[in-house]
Amino acid sequence: MKIPMSWLNDYTDVNGITPLEYNHAMTMTGSKVEGIENPGENLLNVVTGKILEITQHPDADKLVVCQINVGDKTLQIVTGAPNVKVGQTVPVALDGALLPDGTKIKTGKLRGVESAGMLCSYEELGMSEADFPDAEYGILILDDSLPAGMDIRDVFHLNENIVDFEITSNRPDCLSVIGLARETAVTFGKPFTVKTPEVKGCGGDIKDYVSISVEDTEGCLRYCGKVAKNIKISPSPQWMQKRLKACGIRAINNIVDITNYIMLEYGQPMHAFDLRDLEGSAVCVRRAKAGETLTTLDDVERILDDSMLMICDGKKPVGVAGVMGGQNSEIKDDTTTILFESATFKAPMVRKTARKLGLRTESSSRYEKGLDPENTLPAIMRACELIEELGCGEIVDGIIDIYGQKEEPNVIPFDPEKINKFLGTDIDRKFMEDTLRALDFVVNKDSVIPPSFRKDVEGFADVAEEILRIYGYDKIPSTLMCGETAHSVKTPSQKLEDKVKELLCACSMNEIVTFSFTNPNYFDKLCLAADSPLRNTVTISNPLGEENSVMRTTAIHSMMETVARNINFKNDSAKLFELATIYLPTEEGKLPEERRVISLGIYGACDFFDLKGIVEALFDGVGLSSAQFRPETENPTFHPGRCASICVGKKEIGILGQIHPAVCDNYGVDKEIYVAQINLPDILTYAKNNKTYQPLPKYPAVNRDLALIVDDSVLAADIETVIKKKAKKLFAGLTLFDVYKGKQVPESKKSMAYSLKLQSMEKTLTDVEVNEIVQEVLTALEKELGATLR
Amino acid sequence: MKNQLLSMKEKAENALKNAKNLQDLEDIRVGLLGKKGELTAILRGMGGLSAEERPIIGQLANEVRSFIEEKIEAQKSVLLAAERSEKLKAETLDVTMGGRTPIIGKTHPLTTVLDEVKNIFVGMGFSIAEGPEVEYDYYNFEALNIPKDHPARDTQDTFYINDNVVLRSQTSSVQIRVMEEQKPPIRVIAPGRVYRSDAVDATHSPVFHQIEGLVVDKGITMGDLKGTLETFMKTLYGNDAVLRFRPHHFPFTEPSAEVDVSCFVCGGKGCRVCKGEGFIELLGAGMVHPKVLERCGIDTSVYSGFAFGLGLERIVMRRMNIDDMRHLYENDLRFLNQF
Repeated sequence: MKIPMSWLNDYTDVNGITPLEYNHAMTMTGSKVEGIENPGENLLNVVTGKILEITQHPDADKLVVCQINVGDKTLQIVTGAPNVKVGQTVPVALDGALLPDGTKIKTGKLRGVESAGMLCSYEELGMSEADFPDAEYGILILDDSLPAGMDIRDVFHLNENIVDFEITSNRPDCLSVIGLARETAVTFGKPFTVKTPEVKGCGGDIKDYVSISVEDTEGCLRYCGKVAKNIKISPSPQWMQKRLKACGIRAINNIVDITNYIMLEYGQPMHAFDLRDLEGSAVCVRRAKAGETLTTLDDVERILDDSMLMICDGKKPVGVAGVMGGQNSEIKDDTTTILFESATFKAPMVRKTARKLGLRTESSSRYEKGLDPENTLPAIMRACELIEELGCGEIVDGIIDIYGQKEEPNVIPFDPEKINKFLGTDIDRKFMEDTLRALDFVVNKDSVIPPSFRKDVEGFADVAEEILRIYGYDKIPSTLMCGETAHSVKTPSQKLEDKVKELLCACSMNEIVTFSFTNPNYFDKLCLAADSPLRNTVTISNPLGEENSVMRTTAIHSMMETVARNINFKNDSAKLFELATIYLPTEEGKLPEERRVISLGIYGACDFFDLKGIVEALFDGVGLSSAQFRPETENPTFHPGRCASICVGKKEIGILGQIHPAVCDNYGVDKEIYVAQINLPDILTYAKNNKTYQPLPKYPAVNRDLALIVDDSVLAADIETVIKKKAKKLFAGLTLFDVYKGKQVPESKKSMAYSLKLQSMEKTLTDVEVNEIVQEVLTALEKELGATLR
Repeated sequence: MKNQLLSMKEKAENALKNAKNLQDLEDIRVGLLGKKGELTAILRGMGGLSAEERPIIGQLANEVRSFIEEKIEAQKSVLLAAERSEKLKAETLDVTMGGRTPIIGKTHPLTTVLDEVKNIFVGMGFSIAEGPEVEYDYYNFEALNIPKDHPARDTQDTFYINDNVVLRSQTSSVQIRVMEEQKPPIRVIAPGRVYRSDAVDATHSPVFHQIEGLVVDKGITMGDLKGTLETFMKTLYGNDAVLRFRPHHFPFTEPSAEVDVSCFVCGGKGCRVCKGEGFIELLGAGMVHPKVLERCGIDTSVYSGFAFGLGLERIVMRRMNIDDMRHLYENDLRFLNQF
């Protein structure tokens, strides 16, 4: 909401308050000032001038030399504009003038002839075609009635501080000059008065001109109508145009300008109908009928439906209630009799209609916040008063005022002590009462009644806020909460996440954060099976675009996108992790499961076992000792020979492997990418963080190297299981230090060289004992896995 | 013999002085004290001594022996020290050459700052609450005093899954979930992702993070809200940070406040960053609306509370001087490695 500061003086007094003071004080009492602009700030030393004489420039065909009276003297100015004539009044930038685009004007010579300034176009004055739709090309020609030497800012009312307020949605009353004047008055402790409009009238009876009925009393809370006759349509006076313009509204004609002026002044949208266009001289407020249409004032044909509230005449719609009038009854140059409408419509209805029509207007944006029915009458009377003041018509006596159920006043208990306790303040009762009265509350001994335009004040807390905002938020003493000692603990899963991040960072991994919604094309990019449950997503019904339309069911896609991006950025290698949420639909009508997963991705100078090592280190760090890695050949996202499912018992808790080259192709990457995804809740379930001290061994360990020849299909995990089982309590460690295939090893077999560490807690093992155990191990390996010693 | 011993002692002293290295020392020791050494040779003559002379000479011989031994040891440590210092000299490195740096992984800037925020609040006795991102309309709007036709819904541009389910547009939804599950005293923060239908640009993202705070207890005041936020901000930004509370409107708090912090660049004087205001908008806060408390079954004649919500990205971007929000979600390693 933009208003010129000077307008406030009609109701209160802002003289002597600097823009900066005003900005700060209003912001601190709740009317946030976005900025204060003065359009004339950068327009100096430009005055009106009268052209006395024009002669041809001696050395230039296209230039003329003007003698111009600028009030106190006559100047010689050279111009190239084609449209100047003797006797015209024009804007003259004097020597030392400043124009809004930063240009400084100085006396100089043009082709040898001295020029003591410059004649200006409207563009050079910082204005636009919209301001002068009829102006011809060249110098701006001003009204001849203006005296010479007048500051151009005063001509166009540019020397004005215009305040831009950010009004919150609960304060439609502040979308008006009167509302903001009230706030201003309370903020600065100034008087505040609004005159009751006085209408003389010219006799007659409105009932002889129009009949009004309200069919939809739920949608229309109040409808006031007044008739004016003998209307003479003309431009509205300068002072009114100036105020409208400062508020960002274009002047049209006196009647339309009055309705807009009232909307700005009272916050009450108004409409004027040409009465001769209302068939049957009737107005009916009703829902639109299916199939009805209306061409609104913006020249767009609107298709209506029965959810929309319309203003209709005896036959057809003539306006969309609260949104915009119809072209069929608009004010025309030859309009003579008008009907003013000042009404209150139900906020949600206006809001929905405006949305459906895609038509948000100054009017609808006020209605949809909920307007005060009590405001309609003063507003319409003020409009009539202006008609008389401007002498552009006569007001027919009588008013039609259809007012349904008047709302009961809201009586709110008033307890200063309770308010102070709630706010942590010590504000005295008198200040509270004075403040509330200044805000037009009725204050009784132990109750208050907010004014009808303050529907947002519903209860105790709202009253407290009213007092506080005027008292000053900055005056509340800061205190520390007392009360029971709060006991703060992180939940086990929160602690686990902290731990996981710490461990992964220690493993040289960098954390990433990615979007949780994505493009459904990821199903195919990851080569998911046609019946994969991962294709079942939570889908956004109003997405920004397809690329962000489904909630991800896997974090691997986000990781692949990040990896691909980094490869594009020429980052040769990366180790990345994300603690991501994936969204898995559950039953119809229920919320999805939001599962936290650890997502890992590495590429460049690394292989499968680097990633597996990280996973193992992670598991060790969080105390998950029971995880097993099983070959997974069926997952289409991964390399069939380089993928493991991570299991605890029968439960699969994650997957790890090299991304399938076909998937890499889909992401446009030609490197080997290793990715893992592990369910965090499963880690929480299976990890045991109950590590206790184990006595350190007193006796030396013995290492034996075993080079085994086994079938290619035998897994390291199988060998390890057998060895552990046989070595029993003496098992102290096993390291695979070489895998070899080739010469000296038979076809389809491989050599696996282990270093087995044996140790007793009770004694030093003898060679004989060690040999015995190793023999047992070898026998079992041969029997169970067909392994032979190399 | 006595003279022989004394001259041997003298000879030893001279020889040791000239010893250049450990081998010289050893040669001297063997030559004087070894089995075939001078001392042994001299002592062979002991047989020709009288019974009175024998112990005297014997004692002298022992004295000379231990004298020489001591001298050798002393000289040995001098030589060892010299030798070591030679070696150290030869081992001199160019210590200005770069070290072999182990790669330390880094948390994402959003996590780094969030952890800091969490720690501050945990220190003040707050627990960390969680709630779903795909949320019922009821928790995101209705229960927060934003009914279906409320104009505040327009400003939030919410993503809908269906009529009843949204992607939460604010972490305030967690307030309701906490109050439904827990009786006062309540002291929680709820960090998390929120979603709004904004196209991606330098200052907007359809996914971003908020941190919600909620306190409900007996006798909680607006002063407590101020004190808590001031403590938080001063811990995060340093003691010079000045907070400004000004009235605002949120449907679920009353009184409501917007909280600004003094500009980091100009310290409050006014500059381009703060658009001349000296303050930068930081968070929204207020006393929990009585309707919200009552809907959650909390007796407003006994309990009151405050709530606040702040945007994490904004804090991170200011803290790390990041000028484009897209960096945070692009995850370029060259960006991630900067922090």
